[in-house]
Amino acid sequence: MSWIYIQQAIPAFINGFFLTLKLATIGIIGALLLGIVVAFWLYYQVIGHHVLRLYIAVSRNTPLLIQLFFIYYGLPGIGLKIPAEQTAILGLIFLGGSYMADAFLGGLEAVPKIQVESGQVVGLSTWQLARYVIFPQGILYSLPAIGANIIFLIKETSIFTVIAIPEITNTALDLIGQNYRSNEYLLMMVVSYAIILIPLSLGLSWFERRLRRVNFSN
Amino acid sequence: MLTSAINLILAGTNLSRLIEGLGVTIEISFLSIFFGTILGGFLGLLWSNVTGVERGFFRTYLEIFRIVPTIPLLFLFYYTFPRDLNFNLPATVVSVLVFSLWFGAEFSDIVRAAVQSVAKGQKESAYAIGLTTWQSYRYVLLPQSLVNILPAYINLSTRIIKTTSILLLISVTEVITVGQQIIEANSSNRAVPLVVYGLIALFYFSINGTLTWLSKKIERKVVANDR
Repeated sequence: MSWIYIQQAIPAFINGFFLTLKLATIGIIGALLLGIVVAFWLYYQVIGHHVLRLYIAVSRNTPLLIQLFFIYYGLPGIGLKIPAEQTAILGLIFLGGSYMADAFLGGLEAVPKIQVESGQVVGLSTWQLARYVIFPQGILYSLPAIGANIIFLIKETSIFTVIAIPEITNTALDLIGQNYRSNEYLLMMVVSYAIILIPLSLGLSWFERRLRRVNFSN
Repeated sequence: MLTSAINLILAGTNLSRLIEGLGVTIEISFLSIFFGTILGGFLGLLWSNVTGVERGFFRTYLEIFRIVPTIPLLFLFYYTFPRDLNFNLPATVVSVLVFSLWFGAEFSDIVRAAVQSVAKGQKESAYAIGLTTWQSYRYVLLPQSLVNILPAYINLSTRIIKTTSILLLISVTEVITVGQQIIEANSSNRAVPLVVYGLIALFYFSINGTLTWLSKKIERKVVANDR
């Protein structure tokens, strides 16, 4: 382990760190939005929900790496060229959307039937029921799963290295290849992820504990 | 273009080479799941029965494998440890080692949670009628937790299978590496990557989709039994 290598690599890792953060943030927000739409779609069994089931199955049962390769190297074959960063974000949304949809759907389905029925009895419209009864409660039930998905998706961003995006993992692997030293760069890589993941994981579990005190009805 | 690309993949040994690569993927996954199950099952049972410092030890092992992404783990075992500790392992063995440790960590948590979720009265009743610790696990706790373990176990297995995709980084000749070789050899046809990666996605989908379907089926059965 040599300090000088670590010092020299700091700027590169800072760049990689913020790129990881940026791509993860955009991708996760996109995945959350897609997940909400898909979850409500499935919850109300709107026309076309079989297609969404297929999307979830494909997205969950294939590796992100293949999804990225397919978009980045495959799609140009039919004339669709997407730059690397957009591919990464698209891939993360495609993958995360299904995980988030499952998390939301689990939450929506956990809302007690009596809540929905009471809402109908007091004359709420379908939209009002969704907006004021089902969504606020469902989202609380789904929060633990959403938190776990966020951490999972951040770790998945390390796969972006295979389409040569200079995020944390790519920075580390690049430096290892250049300087033939692995200890320093692997350590910096793990530390970089830890800086994101440890506070996030602690924050999420604190948030969950607080939420458990929230109690509707009964 | 697309049709000619499909014909190109079906021609010669391309398809059989891909399937051979898939065999490596499956072999590494299977061995990792096998060893990980033994390791995780053993640790999980121990974990379900301890408190204090010992529990902290299990927790640390689990958290390390949860927080550190798989790529640095793989590189640590492939480059750093062999050089520093002066030993040499083939890439496939390193893969199985890392994935087994990872599977073991995650699986031990599943086992612990399942055993602890069996109603407390069950354990106490087992002791009350004079069963030993071993007997209470063998006849009371394990059979009841098994149904809860299975869906999570299968889900974890699909995760391992998906993660083997990153093995191309340490040059294991699994299905994606073979795919890349085929694409390189046929670089004149621009539609080949689409067909090759689409086909590989289909391979993963068939294996993991079947497993997921199986776990959903078991899950429904468990819910039905509880009623």
